[in-house]
Amino acid sequence: MSVKKKSRVNDFVIRIANVNGTGSASANTLLMKSIFRMGIPVTGKNFFPSNIQGLPTWYEIRVTKDSYLARSGEVDIMVAMNAETYQKDLDEVSPGGVLIYDSSWPRDTFDHRSDIQILGVPLARMCNEHFSNARARILMKNISYVGALAALLEIDLEIIKSLLTETFASKANLIDSNMEAIKLGYDFARENFSCPLETRTKKMNKTKGHIMIDGNTAAGLGCVYAGATVGAWYPITPSTSLMDAFKFFSEKLRRNNETGERDYIMIQAEDELAAIGMVLGANWNGARSFTSTSGPGISLMSEFLGLAYYAELPAVLFDVQRVGPSTGMPTRTQQCDILSAAYASHGDTKHIILFPSNPKECFEMAKEAFDLADLFQTPVFVLTDLDIGMNDWMSEELTWDDKYTPNKGKVLNASQLEKIEKFYRYLDSDGDGVTYRTYPGIHPKGAYFVRGSGHNKFGGYTEDSAEYQEVLDRLVKKFETASNKVPKPEITKCKKKTKSAIISLGSCDYAVLEAMDELSEKGIHFDYLRLKAFPFSKEVVSFIHEYESLFIVEQNRDAQLKSLLVIETDYPKKCMHSVLNYSGLPISSGSIVNEIEKIIDKGQAA
Amino acid sequence: MSYISKPKIDHGGLRKNKLGLTIQDYEGGMSTLCAGCGHDSITAAICQAFFELDIPPHRVAKLSGIGCSSKTPAYFLGQSHGFNSVHGRMPSVATGTSAANRQINVIGVSGDGDSLSIGLGQFAHAMRRNINMTYLIENNGVYGLTKGQFSASADIGSKLKKGELNEQPPIDPVQMALSQGATFVARGFSGDKKQLVPLLKAAIKHNGFGLIDILSPCVTFNDHEDSTKSYAHTREFFHPAVHLDYIPPAKEIKTAYDQGEAMPIEMHDGSRVVLRKLDKGYNFENRGQALDYVRAKHRDGEIVTGLLYIDESEPDMHTINATSDTPLSELEFKRLCPGSSALKEIQKRFI
Repeated sequence: MSVKKKSRVNDFVIRIANVNGTGSASANTLLMKSIFRMGIPVTGKNFFPSNIQGLPTWYEIRVTKDSYLARSGEVDIMVAMNAETYQKDLDEVSPGGVLIYDSSWPRDTFDHRSDIQILGVPLARMCNEHFSNARARILMKNISYVGALAALLEIDLEIIKSLLTETFASKANLIDSNMEAIKLGYDFARENFSCPLETRTKKMNKTKGHIMIDGNTAAGLGCVYAGATVGAWYPITPSTSLMDAFKFFSEKLRRNNETGERDYIMIQAEDELAAIGMVLGANWNGARSFTSTSGPGISLMSEFLGLAYYAELPAVLFDVQRVGPSTGMPTRTQQCDILSAAYASHGDTKHIILFPSNPKECFEMAKEAFDLADLFQTPVFVLTDLDIGMNDWMSEELTWDDKYTPNKGKVLNASQLEKIEKFYRYLDSDGDGVTYRTYPGIHPKGAYFVRGSGHNKFGGYTEDSAEYQEVLDRLVKKFETASNKVPKPEITKCKKKTKSAIISLGSCDYAVLEAMDELSEKGIHFDYLRLKAFPFSKEVVSFIHEYESLFIVEQNRDAQLKSLLVIETDYPKKCMHSVLNYSGLPISSGSIVNEIEKIIDKGQAA
Repeated sequence: MSYISKPKIDHGGLRKNKLGLTIQDYEGGMSTLCAGCGHDSITAAICQAFFELDIPPHRVAKLSGIGCSSKTPAYFLGQSHGFNSVHGRMPSVATGTSAANRQINVIGVSGDGDSLSIGLGQFAHAMRRNINMTYLIENNGVYGLTKGQFSASADIGSKLKKGELNEQPPIDPVQMALSQGATFVARGFSGDKKQLVPLLKAAIKHNGFGLIDILSPCVTFNDHEDSTKSYAHTREFFHPAVHLDYIPPAKEIKTAYDQGEAMPIEMHDGSRVVLRKLDKGYNFENRGQALDYVRAKHRDGEIVTGLLYIDESEPDMHTINATSDTPLSELEFKRLCPGSSALKEIQKRFI
């Protein structure tokens, strides 16, 4: 493991080990938001079980004055609240770190960790003595460690109080009891330890213009702004909160206060097959419609996706990726649907994919996805993951351009139909592979038949080889046209000239950027291209050919992004090196540094 | 599913509806089904129903799944948008269609394989949501396109052409719909257009999910002596329990009906249907009794037909959702997008 020399102020990781269903989430959010409101960049990662109550759960807060928003791979302060995982938690504290534990019950076996500081706080005992209600005793135990941390890290108590006041605006008694719990931990720490610790917070001014938001919320809000009116989905972790957000904001912003009329509809489908069918039906009729799902849902939707590709129907799918294969680990993160999204369905199919790397891009790419789906009359995936979707990220404020109007692409209206002699659905009259469509109900001349069976350019059924191939070849042309319209990659050049580049995507981004800084301190320099879309644009293709070797950083076992580059470009495979993380936990900068150093040490690359 | 367009020859003197259209304007391409297929008679009935209801053909969205039945939307309403979806999944596409455009007439054509096997779940859920659509099951007890396997609606004791005996009980969509709470449940027979056309009209006008199970013999694979879905068998055991009159808006009810034997129902658009008992034992006002009756007759080998149950008062999907009257697909973007100042306001919760 790389040992970093760093100032301990505003640059550390707190990990809280707890049992789920005990209210720890609100305590952890309170802690993180308090630090955020002190003007210090911060990010939170939740490692939680697929369970409602009683299993181990961890929450990691990185306090990062330099705005490194990925995981570092270190644990500087461990709050060990779960007896079951205690031993493991103890072992994971980085050398020089601090372990805080509930000393209501004695725990031994500290001996092998003489390199860390161990602080016992009798949280359960204090709360049992102070609170009479059984549920409150459990919940307040968690709030109390926030109090102890406030003393140890010098977190502003007034900020904590104002956050509690906002949270419990309608339940004043809860503000008081929560503050009492905070004080229990706070006072105990002040009386028994020398506060603050060397590792601590200090007010800064680096969060102005920023918000704390998760990607699913941002994406759901993005769909409202993009003008989506029909959402159809089947509940699945970790995508459900995206639809929850769409509903929440639609109820707030799209419901007529007087009549109660809704300018949207959300349908909880009987399964993912039905969800995508509804989305296709709605888009066929000209409404912007989408679904949110995860890997298993994509598997189920695959048959319909082939129809949508071939019959040329717009659809937007948010795939919040989780660990596979099969049910896998539903509450852990991975980027393991890259290939299944790119080529979903039987037969020759290809799909447009967008790869947001943070919540802000989830918001922005929602509208881009709808525009691309309408422009190219085809399904568009927005491939996020559990890390982006469900964790709280510090993000620049979301902005909206009021001049935006949806680009619905080539749609003929009634008066245009009136003027033409005959309408043919799949005739490439502009030579760009994109044909004209019509909405049902507009005009008798606009009628055509959507079919997944063989069809010719006029829209008629065919079993004629040449007619069939003509349409299939045009779809290739359409995809090429799309490659010029998808978002361009983000390219970061280092200051030194280099023959190696990192290629990555999505939630790896912050970890890659941090790893590049660390590596450059060691004299290893990379340029970096972050993919934002598939198909690969010409910018991507010309970039990769400038380098002798590529380091492809992604979060799955089989190097799916590398495979996609091998399939879709002629860059030599032997010059591509994979840096992989498929642990289910978000990739850390430290692990990228280690892996790249290993590859270089083996002499596999310059 | 080859498509041969039908020549439109104006013979003159063809009756015109209120829109000035003739029945030819409601036809589609030439059928490529087997000669004598029951489905073609249903196609003709559909054309007639829409023609007589004066519905502009382009204001209809016609959908289907996969199978012989699902080919038929190509053969009616040539000026309507059509959607031939994937096997068993038509109900979801119809749901999306209706969700986006609550003012378009949605008709879905399915078969017993499409709806009662691979698509049983979607069929049930479209019914549960009370999607405002007409849903036809062209029921022949057999898989035609794959050359004659039993379907889930085959009766116990029914034999395939090659002699194979079906020993599993059938799934009856009518019994299923009655027990599940469907708001419009009917059964017809492709060989009885006089009964079928009013059923179709009523289903089209019903504000909700209008199911018609239509027995439609397969002349190629299931019209032999040991089949319970043959023309001969269906004719013999055909048991109309309810007679239906469809009366357009503003028309008077002229026929005299006996008290207690008839039930007039006001439809959403002011038209009416009048149900008349053909069998005194039938009670169309009680779902449980209707189900008992259908079940008992089925035990006796009889096929109960007619509009067996209707409830116009149950809310459809959009009524439950309180969706805007303007179709969602037609709402202006500025009404949908909250804009930049609202976005600033929203984000206060994220600080």
